[in-house]
Amino acid sequence: MLAWTIYISFFGALLQLFLPKGNNPLARALALLTALAGLCIAVTSFAQQRTGELITVANHAWIPALGINFHLAADGISLSLILLTGIVALTGVLFSWNIERRTNEFFAFYLLLIGCVYGVFLSYDLFLLFVFYEIVIIPKYFLITGWGSTRKDYGAMKLALYSFIGSAMVLVGLIAAYVVAGSKSMALNDLAGFAFSPHFQMWEFPLVFVGFAILAGLWPFHTWAPTGHVAAPTAVSMLLAGVVMKLGAYGCLRVAMTLFPHGLDPWGFSLIGLSSWRDVFALLAVIGIVWGALVAMVQQDFKFVIGYSSVSHMGFILLGLMTLNQIGISGAIIQMFSHGILAGLLFATVGRMVYDRTHTRELVKLGPMNLNKAIPFAAVTFVVGGMAGMGLPGFSGFVAELMILVGAWRAFPIFAIFVGVGIVVGVVYVWRAMQKAFFAEPGDVISHEPLPPITIPERLGSIILICTSVAIGIYPQLLLKIITPALNSPLFDGVRKGGW
Amino acid sequence: MMLTYLTLVPVFGAIVLLALGDRNKRLTRFIAVAFACASLVLVFDLWHHFDSTLGTLQFQERHSWVPALNIEYHVGIDGLGLLMLLLSAIVVPIGMAASSKIEERVPLYFALMLLLQSCLFGAFTALNFVHWFSFWELSLIPAFFLIKLWGGPRRTPAATQFLVYTMVGGVAMLLSFLAIYLVTGKFDFIELAQLAQSGQLMPDVVAKLSMHRFMPHNIAMILFAGAFLGLAVKVPLFPFHTWLPSAYSEAPTGTTIVLTGAMSKMGVYGFLRVLLPIFGAQTQAVLTPLLWLTVATIVFSAYSALAQKDLKRIFAYSSINHLGYCMLGIFALVKYTGGDAALLSQKFAAMDGVLLQMFSHGLTAATLFWFIAMLERRSGGDRSIDDFGGLRSVAPVFAGLMGVALFSSLGLPGLNGFVGEFLIFKGAFPLVTWASSISVLGLLITAIVILGIIQRVFSGPLSERWTGFPDLTLGERLCIAPAIALMFVLGLYPQLIVGVVNQSTVQLVQQLKF
Repeated sequence: MLAWTIYISFFGALLQLFLPKGNNPLARALALLTALAGLCIAVTSFAQQRTGELITVANHAWIPALGINFHLAADGISLSLILLTGIVALTGVLFSWNIERRTNEFFAFYLLLIGCVYGVFLSYDLFLLFVFYEIVIIPKYFLITGWGSTRKDYGAMKLALYSFIGSAMVLVGLIAAYVVAGSKSMALNDLAGFAFSPHFQMWEFPLVFVGFAILAGLWPFHTWAPTGHVAAPTAVSMLLAGVVMKLGAYGCLRVAMTLFPHGLDPWGFSLIGLSSWRDVFALLAVIGIVWGALVAMVQQDFKFVIGYSSVSHMGFILLGLMTLNQIGISGAIIQMFSHGILAGLLFATVGRMVYDRTHTRELVKLGPMNLNKAIPFAAVTFVVGGMAGMGLPGFSGFVAELMILVGAWRAFPIFAIFVGVGIVVGVVYVWRAMQKAFFAEPGDVISHEPLPPITIPERLGSIILICTSVAIGIYPQLLLKIITPALNSPLFDGVRKGGW
Repeated sequence: MMLTYLTLVPVFGAIVLLALGDRNKRLTRFIAVAFACASLVLVFDLWHHFDSTLGTLQFQERHSWVPALNIEYHVGIDGLGLLMLLLSAIVVPIGMAASSKIEERVPLYFALMLLLQSCLFGAFTALNFVHWFSFWELSLIPAFFLIKLWGGPRRTPAATQFLVYTMVGGVAMLLSFLAIYLVTGKFDFIELAQLAQSGQLMPDVVAKLSMHRFMPHNIAMILFAGAFLGLAVKVPLFPFHTWLPSAYSEAPTGTTIVLTGAMSKMGVYGFLRVLLPIFGAQTQAVLTPLLWLTVATIVFSAYSALAQKDLKRIFAYSSINHLGYCMLGIFALVKYTGGDAALLSQKFAAMDGVLLQMFSHGLTAATLFWFIAMLERRSGGDRSIDDFGGLRSVAPVFAGLMGVALFSSLGLPGLNGFVGEFLIFKGAFPLVTWASSISVLGLLITAIVILGIIQRVFSGPLSERWTGFPDLTLGERLCIAPAIALMFVLGLYPQLIVGVVNQSTVQLVQQLKF
């Protein structure tokens, strides 16, 4: 049944193209329906899934000569991310309700993007995974150039180029692995089961890992993320930060780490204190956490604050993966989910609720409008989203950071302390942005034209996202009960190095 | 389930207030106070059912929460917890009574007050680190917005400084406990305290963590420092106190009452419940520097209070001073006694003193800030001691009742403030003689401060401006009478509190085998 998430999205995208031009309400309704159907399927499968073990969804021969199959399967990890995609996709449509120009085209690209994202999370055949992963780039490029703002061509081009470079690295790596393994099969378990020589894995792993991690915002390859997020229209920023960046992180775990676990082994020598790729990437992740937070702290453009906060939060995910212990990796997956929800919420607040009303994103101009009086709902949403993002207890961000920190203490105690610094800076940038954007200093309030009130779709979207974050924050077992068994499956045998 | 209900009642109240919206300010206030009183009744009911002859944890609830991390929903109270619940339940209604000046966004204000109360209840009942830490951190949010939205002219820096200081401490504490969790797999305070008591905890932690490269060998001390920082910022101890005066003076007075009356006790409570049982040996190892900090806190804060003009700032510094005595008593507990029974009995006295001091400082400070709120309402916001003079002649009841509270703060025998300080000094003197001796200076300076206030506000010539200064109305008198009465009761019959906490004191002190 899960395969229908992909089919429905593609079908919806196609249908959008045949809609009569100018009938915007119909296009919106259709998009909403498509996204809702995808979410319903995701939720149903999520509710039925009790053990988190791998279930095959579809398996058909596709290019038998090359051993390539149309093989879809889901375990607890993919399922969590599919649920995330469903939620973000639906709320993204709700926050795109005000798109008036070429609405059906917008939603066609939008649904195509979503279909491909579902496809990546479901693919069990690496060729198929790569195909979906590659197609994602097309709709996101056109969505940004067609409906974006602020240096959109530059942002879109940079994003597309970075994505292509990443994909090229992944492709080279996958083909090499396929050839070395005897050109028989592209299925994940076949390749993961093949004993690649440690020497081969040692250069193959960083190639594929970095290829995927570029999309996950690994420092110093993160620079596409803030510019791309800022240029994109709101719903696309939500998807980019919320889901597309997770594709990279998911690829790192699902492909790079499971296929080439020996790439994480020590080199046998030490370079400025680093003695394996694991140390290197963990260090880069920590730099990303602190750097992203520091840069977010000095931004003047509200959307850039959120853009850089994504870099910081994605650093947590990569650090969690590099801990190589169950708690750290589970934390990374929860953080993928949590950041997906929260990045969606924050971009929706900044892009849709604030920017579309005030037509400015500069913190100095927003402050005197005293938005907490003008649009209190947006202020509350941002405060809640910001608190959840900075890891306040009761929200999903806290659980994720807690688990990643425990994992990091076990694997890299020194880094854990720097992560602590990153968390504190996180508090500061969220709080700075909140105060500057929503709360005027007494005395500088200027009067301005009344802003249009927050609409029902916006309220609905925010409430869905906030409730999800709180649900995971209060009862993380909801996700953990399917993530833990998935991580204990034989597929991850090689990854269990850091003491499970 | 009583403790869970207690935590949820204010949350429910906050939801009701927000749902009703800004229609009728009087109704909003009434509902808020009604919910606060409902909590008070619940706490009295707990007290009624509490068996004070036991000294163990009671009303325990324990459920699995996040099994993957061994996090449980574990609540329970002993005498210490009950005392803190009682204090929180008393202080919040006083704070609400002092908030009559709030005219803007009234429902939000009272909803945040109720949420703050809920966080206090949650923190004082939690027995699992994650659960406790959650409330500890969450309590910052309502406090921040109360200062930020309704505070004085310099509220923004004050609120931010308050939040950032406490968050930094919080993160340091979190990191320490995560390291301990990593080694022991436990977040439960009681289990961790047992491990520490058996002397296994820190050696295990050191052994496991020092396998890593780059790990300093005195890791136990670093973990202690993290936990200490989190608590010391909250209490606060010198030199981590700088957020406090501006936060207290910029906050609306009703909020200041809750901040000083109940929230500052979260730090002291943390020292007793968390730091000493788990990091006892580390505390003992650095006892001398800690005592220096305590002495500095006591003396410097008293001296700073002397230099201030703004009444709110004076009492903010005097709050630091009073909590300093608590810290003196607490650090006296870890002094090595070598099995000397006479010295051990001094520890019981010191501990009882600390608990009494926590309660009576909460009560006295809340009452004093309530009077300041009344003063501000009458003076249109002026609260510098130079602005007043001779008020005794126009507002004798005001002057008399506030005088009682002032003398209680000074520590006059017969009033509540005396008993706690007396017991602390009685216990601490033989244990940490030098620190106690220097700390006496603090008592002396506080006396000068308090007498100075009485002289400059209530005595002297009455200025033209205040000839029409209205005395306390009947409603106001009724409102504050119970608090004043309680000061006398506790001063004359401290057994009321000591009886509740005594067995718990014995248990807690005996756990610290030094």
